[in-house]
Amino acid sequence: MMSSRDAILGKIRSVTAAGGDDSKRHEAVEDRLLNHPSGTIPARAQLKPKAQIELFCQQAEAVQTSVGHVKSYASVPKAVADYLREHNLPAEFRMGMDERLNDLSWDKAGALEVKSGPSDGNDLIGVSHAFGGIAETGTLLMLSGEDNPTTVNFLPETHIVVLKAGDIVGDYEALWSEVRTKFGAGEMPRTVNWVTGPSRSGDIQQTMLLGAHGPRSLHIIVVDG
Amino acid sequence: MTQIITTSNFKSNARTALDDKNLQKALTHVERGFIGKRRSAMDALPEFDQLRDNARDIKNHTLENLDLYLEAYEEKVTKSGGKVHWAADAEEARNQILKICRDVGAKTVTKGKSMIAEEIGINDFLEENKIEPIETDLGEYIIQLRGETPSHIIAPAVHVLKEQVEEDFRRVHTHLPEARNLEEPESLLDEARKVLREKFLNADVGITGANFLIAETGTSVIVTNEGNGDLTQILPKVHIVLASIEKITPTLEDVSQILRVLARSATGQDMSVYTTFSTGPRREGDPDGPEEYHVILLDNGRSNMIGSEFQDMLRCIRCGSCMNHCPVYHAVGGHAYGWVYPGPMGAVLTPSLMGIKDGGQLPNASTFCGRCEAVCPMRIPLPKMMRSWREREFEKHLNPSLQRWGLKAWAYFAKRPKLYHLAMSFAIPVLSKIGWKKGRIKSLPFAGGWTKYRDLPAPESRTFQQQWAQREALKQEAK
Repeated sequence: MMSSRDAILGKIRSVTAAGGDDSKRHEAVEDRLLNHPSGTIPARAQLKPKAQIELFCQQAEAVQTSVGHVKSYASVPKAVADYLREHNLPAEFRMGMDERLNDLSWDKAGALEVKSGPSDGNDLIGVSHAFGGIAETGTLLMLSGEDNPTTVNFLPETHIVVLKAGDIVGDYEALWSEVRTKFGAGEMPRTVNWVTGPSRSGDIQQTMLLGAHGPRSLHIIVVDG
Repeated sequence: MTQIITTSNFKSNARTALDDKNLQKALTHVERGFIGKRRSAMDALPEFDQLRDNARDIKNHTLENLDLYLEAYEEKVTKSGGKVHWAADAEEARNQILKICRDVGAKTVTKGKSMIAEEIGINDFLEENKIEPIETDLGEYIIQLRGETPSHIIAPAVHVLKEQVEEDFRRVHTHLPEARNLEEPESLLDEARKVLREKFLNADVGITGANFLIAETGTSVIVTNEGNGDLTQILPKVHIVLASIEKITPTLEDVSQILRVLARSATGQDMSVYTTFSTGPRREGDPDGPEEYHVILLDNGRSNMIGSEFQDMLRCIRCGSCMNHCPVYHAVGGHAYGWVYPGPMGAVLTPSLMGIKDGGQLPNASTFCGRCEAVCPMRIPLPKMMRSWREREFEKHLNPSLQRWGLKAWAYFAKRPKLYHLAMSFAIPVLSKIGWKKGRIKSLPFAGGWTKYRDLPAPESRTFQQQWAQREALKQEAK
């Protein structure tokens, strides 16, 4: 008996390859997969770097994300401690192995307790480092792995994300080319998350409410230096 | 809950829906919740129409080469450690899912929102086989508790009022204190979050749909606002992606073009909160993520649409914009359509997938106002395709004989202009008298089906042709 795979592909091919010479189709497909043309990039985010950072923050705030700025990585622990204190949150959080964060002196900033590794659902607060930010819509791009476990993005009630200002780009396409540089053409890490604001649902009478299953609040710390 | 297909009862379903007061109240949220927000998102992006053209072209190119892109996609998934299962129909897909679940001894399965899961009726099937399916999207969870099917493809519980949700939660969540306050939507959301969090952490298998499958990288993409799809796929041992063949999109760039029109058309957001790209199972050194990654590639009638006059329908990205803007959907809601896909997209897709005999009434549920095509981000000519279905229905003699007789009678007059004018010159003054001063007719013999729910506008006292002739005559006199 013919497998479903062959039956499905055969049925499609009886139409798509009906023209005879199929080499043009093969060429067109290979070309697209190899060269991935980018289409229309909205003018909105085609700005100078400084303006792009401003637009990113503005767009993030428009989707109920809060944004803070620090001058250098050394100031990140204090910024996290301040945020937690201001929001009456406990001084302990979950974090992956990202060196840019792990090497910081957390113990000096208001007795912060850092729990290392993925989240098991018992953490109120998670801290991650983003791979980049997209100014067009105030979107964070997060990569899975030991450095920044995906569970930290979703299970804690409060998610604090550190983002280097220099990693903010205008559009999604610009970050895809950086992902390709890091992992190779056609390769992806297990999970790439675009995060645009804290979790929400409009399923009860079409009224948007924050904090459905993911974090109720999202705070971004932009490292300007 | 057993899925009962009632597409062939559209007329009586619609009548029931029009008389349902709760439903009519809930349906007001569709217009309020979606139309204005889409408009503002669209107005804020000058490139929106250009992006729609690009999105249409990308999908057309993909469909013309679907076999090649499917093969490229499969190769990539396999290379990343995942497994692709090809399913010709619903039954094959159900059995593939059951086997994967049984192989890991699964007792509970969490589910992200997937219309294809509804299409293949996976929940009933898993229950019959002693595996508990748990819907995790808030709207899907609500309707699962109510034993209902979704009435909207992106807002499955849009037909349910807040008070009804409270009743359902009190009925099912009996382990929680009776005196708790559930008046505000926030407290309902909070309760669902707590109840479902436990389910997420204990599930053996997670099933999600896919908004896109990317051929370049072997990646599946889900788009959610709640984050439920992500918890569904990163916590259990096994992640099953259930997707139909037309979800294939060539590259990351192509998906990014289409994503720019998806959320804007659906909810009026510039981008949904979580857009997640998943490639294979967890990698060496990954501290979380599923150990197994399976993709069920479902055909279920779609390959028959390739090369047919309904091929354009395969561009659909399930944003729901067509139903949000449809006067018929606003009046009767999604359940009247009787199966998984309501509104204009359902009126075209349902007969394509299940045949015209069962789905043939749906293309008649249109006023041909054209708003669905005007708002479709993929520029799908929905009215044209509904018209094609109507023609086929008529050719196959599937309409009731009274309707066929009526159309024939009208055609007899319409083809004979003199006779037509004569008949109208008698009929119009009569209708005009019935409408009298108000200009509206509240009831009319043989037209109760129309006048029960709305008035018939009464015509002017004379026919258009008579009025025109008089106007021309007056003009001549004035010269």
